[in-house]
Amino acid sequence: MAARDQHGSGAPFPEVDTGRAANASSAAGFRSVGQSLRKVEGLDKAVGVAIYADDIVLPGMLHAKTLRSPHCHARIRSIDASAALALPGVIAVITGADLPTKYGVIPWTQDEQALAVDKVRFIGDEVAAVAAVDEDAANAALKLIKVDYEVLEAWLDPAESLANQLTDTRPAIHEGHKHGNISKHVDLEFGDVDGAFERADVVLENDYVFHSSTHAAIEPHCVVARESADGLLTLWSSTQITHYVQREVSRVLGIPQSRLRVIQPNLGGAFGGKSDPFSLEFVACKLAQVTGRPVKMLWTREEVFYAHRGRHAMNMRYKSAITKDGKILGVDAKILIDGGSYSSFGLVTTYYSGQLLTGPYAFPSYRFDSTRVFTNKPPCGPKRGHGSVQPRFAFEVQLDELAEAIGMDPIELRRKNDVGQHTTLVNGQRITSNGFLQCLDAVETKSAWRERRGKLPQGHGLGVAGSMYISGTNYPIYPNDMPQAGIQLKIDRSGLVTAFTGGNDIGQGSSSVVRTIVCEELGVDPLDVRVIAADTDLCPVDLGAYSSRVTFMVGNATIDACRKVRNQIVKAVAQKWAIDPQRVFLGRGEVFDADDRTRIITTTEAFQIAEATCDTLGATGAYNTPTLGGDYRGGSIGASPAYSFTAHVVEVHVDEETGILTVPNVWVAHDCGRALNPMLVAGQMEGSAYMGIVEALFEDHKVNRFGLHAGPSLLDYPLATAVDCPELHALIVESIDPEGPYGAKEAGEGPLHPALPALSNAIFDAVGIRLRELPFTPGKVLRALDAKREAEAKQGAPSC
Amino acid sequence: MLRLPAFQLHTPETVDQALHLAATMEGARFIAGGTDLLPNLKHEMIEAAHVISLAGIDELKGICVADDGGLVIGPMTPLSTVSSNADVARIAPALSQAAGLVAGPQHRNQGTLGGNVMLDTRCQWINQSYFWREALGFCLKKDGALCHVIEGGKRCVAAVSNDTIAPLFTLDAQLSFAFAMKGPGADSAGGSTAQRKDLPVEDLFKADGAYNKKVGLHELLTAIRIPATPANHRGTYQKLRLRNSIDFPQLGVAARLDFDDAGVVTFADLVLIALAARPSRVKQASELLVGQKPGTDAWQTAMDELLMRASRSCRPLPNIPGDTDWRERMVPVYIKRAFAALTK
Repeated sequence: MAARDQHGSGAPFPEVDTGRAANASSAAGFRSVGQSLRKVEGLDKAVGVAIYADDIVLPGMLHAKTLRSPHCHARIRSIDASAALALPGVIAVITGADLPTKYGVIPWTQDEQALAVDKVRFIGDEVAAVAAVDEDAANAALKLIKVDYEVLEAWLDPAESLANQLTDTRPAIHEGHKHGNISKHVDLEFGDVDGAFERADVVLENDYVFHSSTHAAIEPHCVVARESADGLLTLWSSTQITHYVQREVSRVLGIPQSRLRVIQPNLGGAFGGKSDPFSLEFVACKLAQVTGRPVKMLWTREEVFYAHRGRHAMNMRYKSAITKDGKILGVDAKILIDGGSYSSFGLVTTYYSGQLLTGPYAFPSYRFDSTRVFTNKPPCGPKRGHGSVQPRFAFEVQLDELAEAIGMDPIELRRKNDVGQHTTLVNGQRITSNGFLQCLDAVETKSAWRERRGKLPQGHGLGVAGSMYISGTNYPIYPNDMPQAGIQLKIDRSGLVTAFTGGNDIGQGSSSVVRTIVCEELGVDPLDVRVIAADTDLCPVDLGAYSSRVTFMVGNATIDACRKVRNQIVKAVAQKWAIDPQRVFLGRGEVFDADDRTRIITTTEAFQIAEATCDTLGATGAYNTPTLGGDYRGGSIGASPAYSFTAHVVEVHVDEETGILTVPNVWVAHDCGRALNPMLVAGQMEGSAYMGIVEALFEDHKVNRFGLHAGPSLLDYPLATAVDCPELHALIVESIDPEGPYGAKEAGEGPLHPALPALSNAIFDAVGIRLRELPFTPGKVLRALDAKREAEAKQGAPSC
Repeated sequence: MLRLPAFQLHTPETVDQALHLAATMEGARFIAGGTDLLPNLKHEMIEAAHVISLAGIDELKGICVADDGGLVIGPMTPLSTVSSNADVARIAPALSQAAGLVAGPQHRNQGTLGGNVMLDTRCQWINQSYFWREALGFCLKKDGALCHVIEGGKRCVAAVSNDTIAPLFTLDAQLSFAFAMKGPGADSAGGSTAQRKDLPVEDLFKADGAYNKKVGLHELLTAIRIPATPANHRGTYQKLRLRNSIDFPQLGVAARLDFDDAGVVTFADLVLIALAARPSRVKQASELLVGQKPGTDAWQTAMDELLMRASRSCRPLPNIPGDTDWRERMVPVYIKRAFAALTK
């Protein structure tokens, strides 16, 4: 299916109120688009009355807990749950034998089981589950389950997994996997890379190391499952992918999808950490079936760390060729990806590690060789900026090194290689709108780059970096010809508009985007729009909140539905007034004749006229991406209908005595196409930049020498508090994308990417050290300063 | 969320009642603010069938200036009260500073000075869940015989992590404890049979991270007494931590200098925490700095000597999470910064 032209010419009614177009407060004549409306659920959350999964309490509800593996690699010889079952209050115990069907979010790499069958693959892997009358009884029962393990040698070093020397005592993590411990290998080349290196004035090659980090959403994963008397299952889950959860849980449970209702309540953050189907969803449903009672499972913070699916650690070697006047000729990357114990989104991660680097700079030639390996660690997956934050870090630091090598200003070098708009990248990806140059201009001006960079006192510095990210992808996870986003509207005589969307609002504001668009199209007050989201019984299918797809895809579907029903309303009113439909305008709360503004009725009256004329009012809308991507295997992965662009300037202070870094300012310029709600866009930009900086400074999802997570708590895994947070300056750039809803593109993930390399580049400006290995701990900073002083002492140069 | 294991909560209103409960209830623990005890109970690091709340005992609260010009602080005084009290700031500035640097604002409102004095030791291998510790192999501090910090270690080296202890050392604080006789001799009516003992804060600690106190669990801290300090007293506490908003110390340095009217040091002290199981007093501070005047060449020489010797004797262990080499490197830096803060 090709992309529908949702907002081209031909609509039989005026697009904007020309009388308002001159008003500065309503950009381009919009009524609601561009307004910083409060989030749909904003006040409920702020005052503490929003309902999250753990707030759900049902009559007779049981509590379930999970027994986890204390070994990182072991075979299960036997499980004896008899003592646990005998404990008062314990209702049921299930093991892997009860849910043996393998699942996984990507249909080609399904290697997970709700509870381990035969084998455990990391410390924390799920082995058995107990349902009891309360949490304490369930916890007590866990200690009574006896599991007989045959402990195997573990794979903790990704380099060893890559070497793949399998033995009897150290078999592959997924025995029977045809490539042993190699999860996925992608090797793609575009253009003449070797020739580029021969022609280049400067060739630079270095290693870069990205550690693992996790999402650390404040709400731990939680589910409640209930089976009705006639066997219909309902699952409330803190997920960002209700649709895929419905698919996978029904398949594993062996029931039709239509008999499982999945509902996402309010979500306390996700960031990609809730975009896989998780053990607890299958287990709670199974236990609800087995016991006939509702079952809740709430993970502890520690369990969330084991579930992980966070950012992959990557060891990256980058080699770049450049001319002395700053033109990039070719880039060659070799990447080793530590995937942890399961596939998760790993197939996509492996492609993304190469495919998303080909902008915003023009690469005449490019090659990448990425290998994801399995290790006996918590499984990695998609975290905000999935698969592309790591290579972006490496390449943007390398660009800074190249700028230094040829004596060019780092912003100038980036400008010089800008790929431009309405073009095709070296790997076949289509670029539509592109505001990257405006982003560079904005951060350059606001940070006073020209006046300050390289001129600040010793220890203070500025660094720049850029990036590009997808607004959804045309790869729908499981191939099908159905819409990627659907929406349904119900309008009635009360004046209420209800929008049903499968889109998962995970705090990013997708339901608020839907509401803004409904207000814009139908001229209604925000309080007269209800958004019902992410309930598979009520809402049309949407693929979920991932890949920054929701604003773009659900937004377009919403416009589609709104225009159908608006057409009905306008025609009905025009008929009643006996005027041309072109003259009927839906203003905010009122409908009037654009040529005779004294002829005016309320929107509710207009709805009543339309309901009387057309019968019950409603419409559906849908979106699907156009055919995109390069014509080769994997060419569609990372192909997006529109790309966002970002530039950061980070200011740093380096305490050369302690190695402690302070980041006083981050300027974030982001091309989001059009800011449908500037407050939400700025929030996403600030949150992204914060997350990136904190990953660089504090966070480390480290597995220790025993294969144990080094500190699975929010004490040992430090997130910056408001006190430790830089001043964040969000600079919105609007390039008005031809296919985005009113020109909008994504804003939720792109603005994270440049934070880490810009920080590294700022440290170089401050004290002359290149930090190529994350995180930038004070100890590392001091060791790098030592190395620099030693090198200078050898050369007889003055030390700093 | 981790569950808090079940226990019986007791809410005495007098010290005598509390002591009687502690003497008669097997496995009882006092709870002050609970910011240390409750996580430790959840982690099953501490097991307690009975928990005796001190929250209702008014005689354990408050700050007053004694007749001799010293301070008497009730152990149940919140840390935020200690840090904002004008008398504490005047008489014991290092304590005022340290109390304001414990954890985050909510912890300081909930946590008490007495609780911080009696805080348990900390280690990256122990402050974790039961599941985690079981997967690792239980250690010397609880349930096991291994040490994960020092291979083959026989004595627990979990780190003393109470910020306020370092300044209390430099202030020569005296701690008052009370306890009731245990066993059949205990007065069943809960009458006043309390025994009291006072000890210098230095004598509270022993070099065993499993339990680094020399008082028993049934002994209740009833007062923290700080002798008067001279007019030219200066004290400071410098805390190394990753986040300046919340964390436990990765290193804590308390320094004290008293001066005569000519600006010559008459008293000097230096105490470090978060290295090993008990605080480390650097005796050379007194030997090297007393009689010196800051700003002179001799002062600089003495300071260099002190930094060298302190670096040699104060070696952090890999007990606290983080980079041990870096913590070691920060020892002289933080000592230098502490004395710089006192002499500027």
